[in-house]
Amino acid sequence: MWELCQQQAQAGPPELQEALLGRVVCLPEHVSNRLQGETPPVFLPQNYFPLLGTAIVQVLQNISDSLRGGLDCSISFVSHVLGKVCIHGRQKEILSVLVPRLTDLTKSDCIWQRICWRLVECVPDRWMEAVVLGFVQTTPGADVLSRLLGNLVVKNKKAQFVVTQKVLLLQYGHTTAVVQNLLGYLSLDSLRRALLIKVLQELLETWGSSSAVKHSPPEQQQYISKAILICLCHLKEPEIERCRQELLTSMMEGVKCHLDSNLPQIRRLGMIVAESISSKINSDGPVLKFQYEEDDEVRELKSLLLQTSPSCVVPSLPDDVRNENAGAALPLVLESNKKPHPAAPVMPDEELDAELDSDDDLIPYDMSEDKELKTKAPVYIRDCIEVLTGSEDVDKWEATVKALESLVRKNAAATREVSVELAKILLHLEEKTCIEGFVELRQRAQVAVLTTDPIPVAKYLTSQFYSLNYSLRQRMDILDVLVLAAQELSYPKPHGKTKHSGAQKPCIQLLPGSDSSKDWRRIVDERIKSKTRRFATGQSQMELASGPNEFNSVAGHFFFPLIQHFDRPLTTFDLLGEDHFVLGRLVHTLAVLMYLAVNTAAVTAMGKALLEFVWALRFHTDSYVRQGLLSCVSSVLLSVPAEHLLEDVTEELLETQSWLGDVVEKDPDGDCRKLALQNLLLMENLKKKLETVPS
Amino acid sequence: MALPPPDPEFVLRGTSAAVHTLHFSCGSQEPDAPLLFSGSENGLIHVWNLKTHRVDTALDGHGRKSVYCVETMGGKDRLLSQGRDQRICLWDLAEGRTSVTDSVFMENVGFCRCSLLRVAPGRWLMAMAAKALEEVQVLELPSKTSVCTLKPEVGAKLGMPMCLKLWQLSCGAQPLLLAGYEDGSVVLWNLSMGKALSQLDCHQEPVMSLDFDSEKAKGISGSSEKVLSIWSLHEQQNLQVYKTHKLVNAGISDITIRPDKKILATAGWDHRIRIFGWKNLKPLAVLDYHTATVHCVSFSDHKNPSERLLAAGSKDHRISVWSIYTQT
Repeated sequence: MWELCQQQAQAGPPELQEALLGRVVCLPEHVSNRLQGETPPVFLPQNYFPLLGTAIVQVLQNISDSLRGGLDCSISFVSHVLGKVCIHGRQKEILSVLVPRLTDLTKSDCIWQRICWRLVECVPDRWMEAVVLGFVQTTPGADVLSRLLGNLVVKNKKAQFVVTQKVLLLQYGHTTAVVQNLLGYLSLDSLRRALLIKVLQELLETWGSSSAVKHSPPEQQQYISKAILICLCHLKEPEIERCRQELLTSMMEGVKCHLDSNLPQIRRLGMIVAESISSKINSDGPVLKFQYEEDDEVRELKSLLLQTSPSCVVPSLPDDVRNENAGAALPLVLESNKKPHPAAPVMPDEELDAELDSDDDLIPYDMSEDKELKTKAPVYIRDCIEVLTGSEDVDKWEATVKALESLVRKNAAATREVSVELAKILLHLEEKTCIEGFVELRQRAQVAVLTTDPIPVAKYLTSQFYSLNYSLRQRMDILDVLVLAAQELSYPKPHGKTKHSGAQKPCIQLLPGSDSSKDWRRIVDERIKSKTRRFATGQSQMELASGPNEFNSVAGHFFFPLIQHFDRPLTTFDLLGEDHFVLGRLVHTLAVLMYLAVNTAAVTAMGKALLEFVWALRFHTDSYVRQGLLSCVSSVLLSVPAEHLLEDVTEELLETQSWLGDVVEKDPDGDCRKLALQNLLLMENLKKKLETVPS
Repeated sequence: MALPPPDPEFVLRGTSAAVHTLHFSCGSQEPDAPLLFSGSENGLIHVWNLKTHRVDTALDGHGRKSVYCVETMGGKDRLLSQGRDQRICLWDLAEGRTSVTDSVFMENVGFCRCSLLRVAPGRWLMAMAAKALEEVQVLELPSKTSVCTLKPEVGAKLGMPMCLKLWQLSCGAQPLLLAGYEDGSVVLWNLSMGKALSQLDCHQEPVMSLDFDSEKAKGISGSSEKVLSIWSLHEQQNLQVYKTHKLVNAGISDITIRPDKKILATAGWDHRIRIFGWKNLKPLAVLDYHTATVHCVSFSDHKNPSERLLAAGSKDHRISVWSIYTQT
């Protein structure tokens, strides 16, 4: 290689160069082809390319010496070698040797820096991307990258495209460190800063476009948000001044799209980026502040914004300056809640005890009745209704709300008489005073009413779901209550309950009929036991508590009314239009109800209706709704017995299967794809189960 | 076995409005009956005859605005009343008259009861809340001249004065003022110098009422929270918290110590009157009769100890009169 570089004038036949290039780079393949498995270790790729790297360094050393000596050299062959190696996929091996050496050598020597720059500039365009990416990925810091690449991005169109467009907008698999390196590199030189601004504008455009938010995967959105945050932290005051207006407009649009999304992760990303942008442009005025839960992801994103640009003092090779450990540790100051204490009392105890005084003659009266003052809650359900609808007495109202659930459960018969009225009151009940856990108390009371008298109350609630003039919160409450009540009804209740009621009313005996039935069983068992020889007694199993499934009779009443009117828009409620969040919740509710309906009589009809519903909505744009639809399909597959599925629901099943295949391949959302895959596996399992069972 | 608490001796009904203040006047000789003065929310002052248990006279001098303080000045013939119409009226009740002889206009609009102290025959000092928020003004009666105005220092943030008590160690000694404020502190003022001698933070909530025993140099204050605070005065200068007592329910409207300094009574927001021994604050009784907040309690000044009474006025329009611990 050295000889070739020395011949700066004599270009030599290009075919010779090409052939030599090919030989040098592909040597490992040729050798192993020949030796067929007995390749000496030095020719294995992971060893060969580092060796090639050291050879390159050697050549560069020679070049630098000769340049100092005053001779001109051409470095293009080395560039070609480097490019071809990188395009063959061996960036890591070769650059793992090259980059550290070059980092060291270019530290203070500007001739070395210029050699390095020429090296990269001479790489042909078709290999430029691989080389640039390789460099960006292996260099430890933005300043090192700046030294090694120089102003490559400004001079070379292809490098510019790779750095500003491809890595940031078209790919999203790179690590945070890579993005930081890249953006830091762009920010370090005044020529390149213009590119930084351009990059930020394009990133914000993508971040703010509503179709991107709806259709791109969450991982890509997170990547773009990280890039935006890193850009923001590199911006200087005058630049912010210039683009303040644009930043503001793009932030407003972007926040709107993000908050509209159903996935909490996207909403959070939108909130964090908007907060950061607003803090940058209004550093002294009031700043946008959202409320969200802090977790590791949020902290990581926030730490990106706080990093300052790395210092120029670079220690020797082993201690690499990394951007990552500048990550600010958010100090958690634990504020000790210290209430101001009154002055500590001075208690001269001993004196008082010893003193005999006439106070001892005063005999205290009985004070056992002196207890805390509590307003009593009403004891009858009808009284509760009165208090909740009319009473102005706030204490009584509070006490009623707290006591309502237990009253409803204890007085099932009385509740059944007024169940619909009570459900109506509870649905419209609003918080009058500040009680702790008001929402939970109300929900538990509603669930209690629904389980005590399922059919009329379910009819009422499902009809109200589709009525005018309810808030979204109320409609979602209806769905939550239906699910909780269904859960309660479908779980077995132990026999202990009947015994309990027996203990309370001692005059009513348990039916003697059951005793006699147990008797004959016992007698028969004993007879059998005496007459059979047992070889081994199996493990005794505990008999699980069992009782009739109360959800059986009412499952249809919960389910079918909810499915009926979903495509009829009302003035205040349009499931298929704006209110897609409620649609998502509705779909998830239907999935849960389907799952809980296992072993009920109506399950096949429910399954059929649900699959038709899924089919109608399968192309919905919102990923939360699609996830719900897929969980509906899983519930159907799990709850409806396999034989019924094949007999009654065949066409819907086949259509659903083809749709699932589609989703697995083309859906942008990762969770949807996972769920679709699980559904397909479930279908396969069902088929296998039916095939193995002898008919 | 402790006895159940006693029932009231009798109950006076007829005010038809919440009772805010009570004052006994039982020192007169026979055949004059012992009297109880009560001030109500409808602006009337009822003079109850404790023999017949009926109203002798009703005095209307505050324009139907609530009367929240009633005191006698040396006998039952001279009465002082304070109302929400911002007036303090001096009444002449001798020989069946019912006329207002004089009145003082208060610039302060509030609920702070004034405090009277007799410094010389015919001369009284009266402390009341002044126009400015944190100030207390002391007037001399009947001349109505201002003796001093007690201003807390700037930035003290005491809030309004809630309750006042003028006292002097013995006749002719320096009069001092104890004032409880909205921020929960009690301040001891020296009237002649017009400055505060000591300030004590004894409550988190406003001090609703206080009373002081000048012989033992101990006082007690109650607030809207669950704690009663007993503090002592050292060397005439220094207030220090001595003890606190936790109650079952929060809120005290009035505290008064019986003239023989043996027991004290508190009027509570939880409708109950509590009796404690003054020496060690030993709880003695809980009197549960009223069905609404008890606004005031007062001990009678009977010369004969066995006739002593305790009266309590409440929001439920009734005044309950009790005879308790009269043997000591």
